[in-house]
Amino acid sequence: MMQMEHTETPGHPAPAAGGGHGQLDYMGALFVFMLATFIGVMVIQRVSRLLHTPLMSLTNAISAIAVVGALIVSAGKDYPGYITALGLVAIFCSTTNIVSGFLITDRMLKMFKKREGVAK
Amino acid sequence: MSAETLVQLLYLVSTALFILSLRWMSDPETARKGVFSGVAAMLLAVAGTLAGVMATGGTHYWWILGAFALGAAIGYPLAQVPLTAVPQRTALSHAFGGLAAGLVGTAKFFLYYGQRNEAALTTFIVVALVAEILLGFLTFTGSLLAAGKLQEVHWIPQRPVTYPGQNLTNFALFGLALALGVALVLHPLAPWAPWAFGGVILLSLAFGVLLIIPIGGADMPTVISILNSYAGLSAVAMGFVLNNKLLITAGALDGSSGLILSIIMCKAMNRSFFNVLFGAFGQAQASAAGGEQKAYKSDTVESAAQVMEQASLVVIVPGYGMAVAQAQHKVRELYDLLKKRGVTVKFAIHPVAGRMPGHMNVLLAEAEIPYTDLVEMDEINGDLPQADVALIIGANDVVNPAARADKTSPIYGMPIIDADKAKTVYAIKRSKNPGFAGIDNELYFLDKTFMLFGDAKSVVGELARKLAGDNSGH
Repeated sequence: MMQMEHTETPGHPAPAAGGGHGQLDYMGALFVFMLATFIGVMVIQRVSRLLHTPLMSLTNAISAIAVVGALIVSAGKDYPGYITALGLVAIFCSTTNIVSGFLITDRMLKMFKKREGVAK
Repeated sequence: MSAETLVQLLYLVSTALFILSLRWMSDPETARKGVFSGVAAMLLAVAGTLAGVMATGGTHYWWILGAFALGAAIGYPLAQVPLTAVPQRTALSHAFGGLAAGLVGTAKFFLYYGQRNEAALTTFIVVALVAEILLGFLTFTGSLLAAGKLQEVHWIPQRPVTYPGQNLTNFALFGLALALGVALVLHPLAPWAPWAFGGVILLSLAFGVLLIIPIGGADMPTVISILNSYAGLSAVAMGFVLNNKLLITAGALDGSSGLILSIIMCKAMNRSFFNVLFGAFGQAQASAAGGEQKAYKSDTVESAAQVMEQASLVVIVPGYGMAVAQAQHKVRELYDLLKKRGVTVKFAIHPVAGRMPGHMNVLLAEAEIPYTDLVEMDEINGDLPQADVALIIGANDVVNPAARADKTSPIYGMPIIDADKAKTVYAIKRSKNPGFAGIDNELYFLDKTFMLFGDAKSVVGELARKLAGDNSGH
């Protein structure tokens, strides 16, 4: 009845999306989206206002999760060349965000100190 | 265990680590752990995807490696920019994120279209594809333009660009894009479908530009947050298209983060989303600024230094002017000298001070000012009546009492830092012109207010020198 979700992989360029999974799968995806949004809202509300700039650069890096989709598109075996090229550019863009996002977040966070030098 | 199960397990752990990563951002003490957990999550996500790709016979690995390497080579220097450039780096990064999502969506559509894959192009998938490219490409151009405005690229207008019928044009274009989207959903394999798809791409690109040109610098914190949210939502849409729950979760986390930040920014300006995006803030002020010329009282740095030395509580209100002048290190010197004399110094941080959420905090943290002395607006306002001196460094609208009293002011209703309740106010201002929003600031004309005209960095440096000099001189 309930199938494991089927992440599309390049070996099956034409997966049974829609056909084999039907509505249940889409509903599953929407449920995941709804729950993740609630978790996100609740977690983010607790983030200190001090850290809103690093928070944004961290979520920049996290949104570069698009790299997953870019990889799947790029690595497809029998895909036309321009599809691969689009995927590769997307990998490049996402990697830029991953590297710069995490590095600059850490660089900023290192600067936040409770006390130093001058006694409080 | 099948390869597919392994992939999903890796994704599961990755999702948990992403949530923990954001959870740990709640406190500066644990925040760096959050970065490590985010990095681990991303590595697992990439490893899992690669494992899945290999198990089903992927290819182009050298090209992929090259794309990774090139991305890292560009990403590394982007992480080394000076902290005053963080808002434009962030905007640029949203642009990259939007472009990546848009390109993957484009690739997916043309792949399915080329295969005449009717089974794949279900209503749900096509809706998600249209959403993905709409959000992705409008985030791309919108963020690029925002980055250009923030970087003050000379051929990009800094002031809001408005023209008659602007909102109408925007809505018409958006409506057209939606209509094309609906047509695609109904007939994804029609001979004209690639053209309609291309049309949606072009309209999204144009829409991104049109949405950002009427936005002024003061609204940037909100706009950057909204674009942050869009970048996340485009990843969610990609997750729907690829039926990938990791993409959906991580994108939703990013989307909700942008949403919360936008709400905080809007509240801090007493404006709605709609008003920020379509309010064309630029027009309202032109009339407001036309009033009669009132007289400023300026003062010398010497006497300002003397007054501050005698104070027991000094509240510093930083604004974008401090960032522009890169004055944070001089502010730190002043902070040290005052502390050494037993003066309590606090910083009053307005949520929209600067050009992105938390901008002032990062600059002051860079100057190694302990974050315990960076106080949010709501908390500091109770202390301001006891403050002997409020020192305004390059802030304007966030301390304008007109927001409290003057119903005709464009910023009426915006919560402000009550700098006017301090016993004495010193305001450092670059020139006698009204601020970015073009609104006269009543605070500057109060009896207890003295202006210190000049570049924030040199005026604060001068103040510090006077304080240090007194020490050795007497």
